[in-house]
Amino acid sequence: MKRTSWRDYEKEIADDHYYYARSCIRQNFFPGSETTFLRIMREALGKDIYDDPRHTSCTGIGYHSDIVPLDTTMAVVARQFALMTEAGYENMAISCITSFGLYTEILETWHEFPETEARARENLFKATGREFKKPANIAHTSDLVFHNRGVIAAQAQRTLVNVQTGAPLDVVEHIGCHYAKIFPKSGIGGSEFPYVLAGMVEQWGGRVVDYPERRHCCGFGFRNYLVQANRGFSIANSRKKLESMAPYRPDFMVANCPGCAMFLDKWQYAIAEMENVTYGADGRGIPVLTYEEMAGLVLGYDPWDMGMQMHQVDVEPLLIRMGVDYDPSARFLGRAGKFIGAPQAAAVNSFSGERIYGIKS
Amino acid sequence: MGKYFDMLMEDVRLREGLKACMNCGVCTGVCPSAEFYDYDPRKIVNTIQTKDDADIEALMRSDTLWYCGECMSCRPRCPRGNTPGYIIQALRTLSQKLGFFVESEKGRQQIAIKRVIGHHILEKGYCITPRLVSPALHPEQGPVWKWAVENDTDLWSRLSPNYMQPGAGAIRDIDRETIAEINRIFEVSGGKEFFEQIEAASDRKAREMGYAGGATDEYMTHTFTHNSNNHQ
Repeated sequence: MKRTSWRDYEKEIADDHYYYARSCIRQNFFPGSETTFLRIMREALGKDIYDDPRHTSCTGIGYHSDIVPLDTTMAVVARQFALMTEAGYENMAISCITSFGLYTEILETWHEFPETEARARENLFKATGREFKKPANIAHTSDLVFHNRGVIAAQAQRTLVNVQTGAPLDVVEHIGCHYAKIFPKSGIGGSEFPYVLAGMVEQWGGRVVDYPERRHCCGFGFRNYLVQANRGFSIANSRKKLESMAPYRPDFMVANCPGCAMFLDKWQYAIAEMENVTYGADGRGIPVLTYEEMAGLVLGYDPWDMGMQMHQVDVEPLLIRMGVDYDPSARFLGRAGKFIGAPQAAAVNSFSGERIYGIKS
Repeated sequence: MGKYFDMLMEDVRLREGLKACMNCGVCTGVCPSAEFYDYDPRKIVNTIQTKDDADIEALMRSDTLWYCGECMSCRPRCPRGNTPGYIIQALRTLSQKLGFFVESEKGRQQIAIKRVIGHHILEKGYCITPRLVSPALHPEQGPVWKWAVENDTDLWSRLSPNYMQPGAGAIRDIDRETIAEINRIFEVSGGKEFFEQIEAASDRKAREMGYAGGATDEYMTHTFTHNSNNHQ
């Protein structure tokens, strides 16, 4: 397909002064990515972004597992808008893909069905006495990194290139479903040709892998992971993607949804344990990065300060390929340099079987 | 004919999600749930547009209603502008309001989600926090997660200085007044009433299934872990 198709779906992204909407999943599984994003915005890009202690969950996981009614979710999101208004901001920077989809959907619903906005305002006022202005601009935090990818490239300490061969690193980019499948116009490149991550990869020297199941869901499926009895759905859908991408021998994956990054990482562990199968060309798992980590590596940040030790698939083989000068022992240090021990070894990081999926070892 | 359809039409998601389905099946072609379960979202849309009360009630009592993962992959692909995912959200809401959800194995799981995610939102202000994803209940998270949770204060504090403390930053502790506001929002907007409906129907069903104490933790754990393997 046309490589410029993404340009059919461009959107306005505010240039500065953001109210930050935190992600439950990102802060839980990738707390260092939250910190890294704010560091990039403030230190590398010189932007004003407000992290409000009163901000809460948008209820998105509860909403999409159908235990929180739409009116309740709308009133909780209305409260975030009220906090933004009170703090003197009008641009929302939303870290979670589910939240981003939900905020977009709620604003569209309020436009289409004004009585739902009236109800949200009434519920919010009754419950909290708060009122709000709707944001002038909403962007996913990956949009903001994309928007500034050239500035980041100008400050690059490293690129997405294999320092041993000089070849671009091959990168699988995975876009969270709720980024643009609900409202294609809300995402850079829409739902068919999302460019938000591909644009970063190409700008920073990497090569994007196009593979058959590129747009398939990671397999979260809300209730299909939350409930233990349903997790077969989740691992089966991640496996479908992993099998599809493996023959292209990606150096790493990058995702703009924290849930996707976590599932594509953790299910590789489970598959290696259950089936003795790994997907990386080197016989181990394929590292899965958040885009904050990818940007941070380009900017020269320390991988352990960004929390990359919390990945189940080891990132060290990638760091070596990129020429990152890292301290192996610092991976196991907690607060104030305290040694906290190492996790148990796992098959996904020390493959000794006979078969790597799609590639004969 | 049409009672349930009229009730569904009170939900804006049904009005937005149902235009006119021509049964092409593109939604089923891209659906991750159809990939895994014996499941066809096309049939759901078709059932709703017939407006047949008996068929819609049967759907609300069935496992079929609970297979969708709400990824919304169906939405951008439908050539007629339908959104099966929205229709399913409206159906699931009505199924819980009317108590039909407890008549299926997958529907009964709602009590577990309500008590885990729902209560966490009301108590902590987040859908999840690290210790909620306990390694014992989440073996698939692997040894690194187990290591992280066992060292949570040391590790998260290195990455986010306000871990479970007041102030800004990732995984901070949310102040009591904010938590009270979230609870009041749930109260006035129908969130708590919905929780009570899930509890009441689950309690009734639990007793019917032989749990003398009703929807106890034992019943909830059963819904969380039981898989009849009759879904593929």
